[in-house]
Amino acid sequence: MIYFDNSATTRCSDEALNIMKEALQENFGNPSSLHNMGFRGKEYLKNTREIISGILKCQPKEIYFTSGGTEGNNLAIRGSAMAKKRLGNHIITTKIEHASVLNPVKALEKEGFDVTYLGTDEYGVIDLDELKNAIRPDTILVSIMMVNNEIGALQPIKEAGEIIKKANPEIIFHVDAIQAFGKMTIIPKKLNLDILTVSGHKIHGPKGSGFIYIKDKVRVVPMILGGGHENGMRSGTENVPAIAALGIAAKEAYDNLEANRAHLYEMRARLIEGVTSIEGVTVNGHHDENSAPQIVSVSIKGNRTRAQVILNALQDNYGIYVSAGSACSSNKPAISETLKSIGLEKDLLERTIRFSFCPENTMEEIETAIGALKELVPMMVL
Amino acid sequence: MTYQAFLIKYSEIGVKGKNRYVFEDALVHQIKRALDRVEGNFTVKKQSGRVFIAVDGEYDFDETIDALQHVFGISAICPTVVVPDEGFDAMADAVIKYIDEEFEDKNFTFKVMGRRANKKYPMTSMEVASEIGARLLDAFPEMKVDVHHPDKMINVEVRENIAIYCTEIPGPHGMPVGTAGKAMLLLSGGIDSPVAGYMIAKRGVKLSATYFHAPPYTSEQAKQKVVDLAKLVAKYSGPIDLHIVNFTDIQLYIYQNCSHEELTIIMRRYMMRLAEHFAKENDCLGLVTGESIGQVASQTMQSLNCTNAVCTLPVYRPLIAFDKQDIIDISEKIDTYETSILPYEDCCTIFVAKHPVTKPKLEAIEKHEHNLDEKIDELMKEAIESVEVIRCR
Repeated sequence: MIYFDNSATTRCSDEALNIMKEALQENFGNPSSLHNMGFRGKEYLKNTREIISGILKCQPKEIYFTSGGTEGNNLAIRGSAMAKKRLGNHIITTKIEHASVLNPVKALEKEGFDVTYLGTDEYGVIDLDELKNAIRPDTILVSIMMVNNEIGALQPIKEAGEIIKKANPEIIFHVDAIQAFGKMTIIPKKLNLDILTVSGHKIHGPKGSGFIYIKDKVRVVPMILGGGHENGMRSGTENVPAIAALGIAAKEAYDNLEANRAHLYEMRARLIEGVTSIEGVTVNGHHDENSAPQIVSVSIKGNRTRAQVILNALQDNYGIYVSAGSACSSNKPAISETLKSIGLEKDLLERTIRFSFCPENTMEEIETAIGALKELVPMMVL
Repeated sequence: MTYQAFLIKYSEIGVKGKNRYVFEDALVHQIKRALDRVEGNFTVKKQSGRVFIAVDGEYDFDETIDALQHVFGISAICPTVVVPDEGFDAMADAVIKYIDEEFEDKNFTFKVMGRRANKKYPMTSMEVASEIGARLLDAFPEMKVDVHHPDKMINVEVRENIAIYCTEIPGPHGMPVGTAGKAMLLLSGGIDSPVAGYMIAKRGVKLSATYFHAPPYTSEQAKQKVVDLAKLVAKYSGPIDLHIVNFTDIQLYIYQNCSHEELTIIMRRYMMRLAEHFAKENDCLGLVTGESIGQVASQTMQSLNCTNAVCTLPVYRPLIAFDKQDIIDISEKIDTYETSILPYEDCCTIFVAKHPVTKPKLEAIEKHEHNLDEKIDELMKEAIESVEVIRCR
């Protein structure tokens, strides 16, 4: 099996799995309990919070654990809109956000909020002037993803942060970093951002884990109410094993960050070089290091090159797992907003597949994938 | 209330003549097969114009009804109380007890229907009915008799035992599977063909099926989906031998040698030929498709004329005059819809021209098929030899 669908989800790392087992069967106490078992449970939360705050160079209390990216994005969008609604009702986001940002925003739009959706250029990157012009006195929230999940486009977050804060420091700047965390250095303070969302299962942690960074003093209205866990931001007994494993996975990702990035970029460059030599095959977005290191979006012109057909042929004949567009969005074939936004011709919208790597992938696997497409594409094109 | 028995009513079998036993035996056989899936100790037997199911001990009522609702030939399922024949007073008390437990609100009109299979019983059917009616009126003054349009028909049948029932749960109707012949269903992954199979099976026909698989263009998942659909239909029809034919080489060969506008028609003609081959091999008396006039390019009357021309066996098209929504309604009822709409490409959607012909001429198609003369026989032979058969039950 060659697994190239790491932006959908990753294999849980051995160390992460071990600590989960330990936290489920040995130190399984409820962190809210006052006895020693509870204390040991609490230690896991503390450790992970410290690991993550070390990575983000922020305070541990600015990290709140969630069930993953979707919950984080929902909390960020709705929670900040609710907190700021007396100051204005204008929200800015982009057309290429993940559904877990777009749908909460659309729900707010129905409730009376005014939303501006920023477009992108042909590489999937937003225009900073457009952002600048979109900001109004009643703008309360800007939400921009760091790395697009479908084509890997890297957004100018630092510049956007400067523009937003210069226009009005009261505006909450939220960044969905689900595809970025673990792939690059992210320091919220330097990027002028207020809220950052991360998911654990995209970085070899378990599904059901994640966190949200909320800058100290930034007010967000919690969505899940109850016993006041996570400083009241997210009630419900903490998912201790998942949080413990999330810490391990984050540590592993950042301990080897530079080596991993170099390896990912090397694989990416080779795959792009290999597949673009096949007639009818194009790669979307930037081909160079202006893109995220782990995602390659490939469009194939031809009669029988619908994503699902190619995906199945790669799987059944070569054991290669890729995804059609964005796997996260569900199994229903929907036309991708990102691909539309980069101006991909209509015919190719449903003829695009996504390769996404992790550091465990090898150059041999890349060669196998290139060879597979070289064999398959001519059959499918005719 | 727990019932120890079910009285099964059947519809059309009743009008059969000397071969009636054939239909009744088939019904008993199919009921036994359906109840095999349900835990419980059931005995099924014919009893003067009825099928009678007795249950001994614990069983799940809902599961039993569900199983019986998959047996063609049943028009109604009557959960029945059985008491031993210990004289008229005991019988009347049993009916009163039954009514008391079955209906909390006694404010309804009723009629008692007496039936006396045991002709030695000292009272006639009419006497049984009127006497029981009188006792019920005494016991429950709120109840009223209405012999023309009663709310409840209370049935009391005198056999070796006394059987009492009131509720009739509708069955699927039709004829018991195994009383007609066998047919070969062309099963795709779509909505229509499973419904077509269901409808033919409802007339008592056993089914085999053929599916055309085109790897690497169609996936293992698409194949699994068809197996799943066959299993859902088999819940009604009994086991289906699903023939999975590798169609890729034939499809590619047609694609390379014929005009793309005629691709689908020619492809379908080869599918019919292959299906007919397996039909004859399996003693089938006809082919079954889910076609409906005008639904797609290959289902116009002209196209059907072209595909039909290659068959020597009759082709049964139970959905031919159905609207799509009507077909969807049935597929939802028989529980195949959710599986049918899973988004896997099948070989018909993958090799399709942008503008296929909608009014093909048979002569032209036959002429153009000669472009395939060189290799097609050999490819057909390979497809036949490499068939994979899966028994779906």
